[in-house]
Amino acid sequence: MSLSARVRIPTEARAGEVIEIRTLVSHPMETGFRVDSFGRRVPRKILTRFSCHYDGREIVSMDLRPGIAANPYVAFRFVADVSGAIELRWEGDEGEVLIERSHLEVIRA
Amino acid sequence: MKCWLLLLLLATCCAGADQPDRRSGYSLLGPDLRALQDDDFANPGMLWVDRGERLWNAASGPNQQSCRDCHGDPVNLRDLANRLPRFDATTNRLDNLDMLIRQCRTQRQQAEALTHESEDLLALTTLVAHQSRGLPLEVVVDGPASTAFEQGRASFERRRGQLDLSCADCHEKLRGARLRGETISAGMVNGFPLYRLTWEGLGSRQRMIRWCNEAVRAKPMDPESQRALALELYLAWRSRGLALEAPAVRR
Repeated sequence: MSLSARVRIPTEARAGEVIEIRTLVSHPMETGFRVDSFGRRVPRKILTRFSCHYDGREIVSMDLRPGIAANPYVAFRFVADVSGAIELRWEGDEGEVLIERSHLEVIRA
Repeated sequence: MKCWLLLLLLATCCAGADQPDRRSGYSLLGPDLRALQDDDFANPGMLWVDRGERLWNAASGPNQQSCRDCHGDPVNLRDLANRLPRFDATTNRLDNLDMLIRQCRTQRQQAEALTHESEDLLALTTLVAHQSRGLPLEVVVDGPASTAFEQGRASFERRRGQLDLSCADCHEKLRGARLRGETISAGMVNGFPLYRLTWEGLGSRQRMIRWCNEAVRAKPMDPESQRALALELYLAWRSRGLALEAPAVRR
């Protein structure tokens, strides 16, 4: 299935609030260890990296490995302190890149 | 007093025999997988619903028609998937959801045919089935459908494959028993199309039937054949009254 993501990113938060970003991306995460019905090795095709930038800073990054199941789900929490852009980025074996952008507005009480 | 108790016991036994244990495969899931299915964000089957929505609005064929142009919002097809397969008296054959969408695609849209179990077809069937989530399965098995229904029942009870097992051997007589690490399900089909962790992907009822046939080392059925559709009709009837869960999550 073509690379596409479901993301849930809050658009507003109070300063100092802990917010959660949830992501689910469609990807086969083919390990490279399997063989097809003709005995041929199925080439590896996985996502290798996921990262999140918040207001220009990298706040989360992870290296993905062949042991991760298809359609990886990643969720994480962080403290919202400034208004800024959020950029989620997935990179794959075949050079495929998927980027989801959003903006978080922080309201100061 | 004793007499009453005996009568009550008899009544419950009879009711049990008359009404087989129709429990959704959901009841066999652990708390983590139940939570995954119930969470409309994290449920991986929802990726196909998303894709289905994009396809629903995409124009194709010589007249650049989309599903939306004729059907409007997908919700208009609520109360359809839970009533399939159904017998079409004009063509004199059974249709399931895959067949209806494939026909619509080639005959009305005049677009390229969608192959069985392709990601695009699964996306559309999941989108349409998802609209009927929560509605009870209710298929018509009398009148013109009765012959197919009896064929389906016979097929369910017929032993097959090198292991010489019928569907009924496991899913009727041994349901709830253990088979290696798994509990044998009652063979309810209210979750389809569903996300199966074994497949790391989505599959239709026909894919599951094919998988089961392979597991008992029997010849797979052509998913378009009346034989396969009759079995699907019988399975849907066995699951009658259960709420549709598409896209469900199963192991």
